[in-house]
Amino acid sequence: MEPRRDPRGALVRPYAVTRGRTEPLQNIALEAVLSCTPTQVAEARFAGHDKYRIASVCEGRAQSLAEIAAYTRMPLGVTRVLVADMVAEGLLTLHTAAPPEGFEERMNLLGRVLSGLREL
Amino acid sequence: MDFANYDPAGARRSREIISAKIVVAGGFGVGKTTLVGAISEITPLTTEALMTAAGVGIDDPSKVPGKETTTVAMDFGRITMAQDLILYLFGTPGQTRFWFMWDEIIRGAVGAAVLVDTRRITDAFAPLDYFENRNLPYVVALNRFDDAPHYELEEVREALAIPPDVPLVSCDARHRESVKQVLVTVVEHAMLRLQAEHGRGFPTPVG
Ligand SMILES: Nc1nc2c(ncn2[C@@H]2O[C@H](COP(=O)(O)OP(=O)(O)O)[C@@H](O)[C@H]2O)c(=O)[nH]1
Ligand SMILES: [Mg+2]
Repeated sequence: MEPRRDPRGALVRPYAVTRGRTEPLQNIALEAVLSCTPTQVAEARFAGHDKYRIASVCEGRAQSLAEIAAYTRMPLGVTRVLVADMVAEGLLTLHTAAPPEGFEERMNLLGRVLSGLREL
Repeated sequence: MDFANYDPAGARRSREIISAKIVVAGGFGVGKTTLVGAISEITPLTTEALMTAAGVGIDDPSKVPGKETTTVAMDFGRITMAQDLILYLFGTPGQTRFWFMWDEIIRGAVGAAVLVDTRRITDAFAPLDYFENRNLPYVVALNRFDDAPHYELEEVREALAIPPDVPLVSCDARHRESVKQVLVTVVEHAMLRLQAEHGRGFPTPVG
């Protein structure tokens, strides 16, 4: 694996930023969305550079885990560990509702997606 | 419209947002990123996951000495439909050795579109088999390239042994209206499938 050059100029191995932890506190889906208030961003300043970058990406706009990884240029697995920590620490708010399971609810969601597409 | 403008009073209260997703699959160069970009409100993004070839989901190679590791790039786009509804489009690499990644991508997905290029039609076999096995609703979209040999849709259906109930459409991944039609077809097909399964008494959520 190629080491990654992080914005501070140091060569770091991907999981160095999580101190080697590879298991997230909770398994956040790729498309799960998270956001951060200005207050939370201010708090994240004291939580380390990588968490602060994540907080900044989510300020004022809900972003999926996939978007956070893309904007911060961190591998998905690393991002997931950090994001799950931040949710536990109150630095990020996880908005994602569990996908509906009942027939009516699933049809309803598909119907909303369909009309959303047609309106584009 | 931006759902993430905050009222500071409710700052930490979690508002629920549903993320729906549609998967776009197909071989290398078939037009996946082009399709996502034609309709996404953001320029398609890429995220890279480090993977072991063994597909055990451990992406720190120091934990699995001797195992080949690879970086898998996924392209994706976003359509914010309402304050509480976002549609994500995930373009997935078509190569077989990356499939362990797909289980995560398709979990909870509305459905999928398999893009086909008539110059490399056999690239579609792998994703078609995969979605068929996972019982994920999918449609097939023939992406017409200018210099590609022309085939009728039914010839393609036969060549790829696409079941008769799977929608097969022609598209141009560069054009928004065409892409919109492909996605509408995916969602309509997913609704029909869900209705049929419900009628038979087998609700089968994917993943
Ligand atoms: N003529 C034509 N070219 C296309 C179409 N879709 C994609 N392309 C071109 O094909 C190339 C590969 O497309 P890309 O989206 O990167 O493929 P991907 O590897 O599946 O993501 C790019 O140069 C596109 O501009 C199409 O519908 N018609
Ligand atoms: Mg691509």
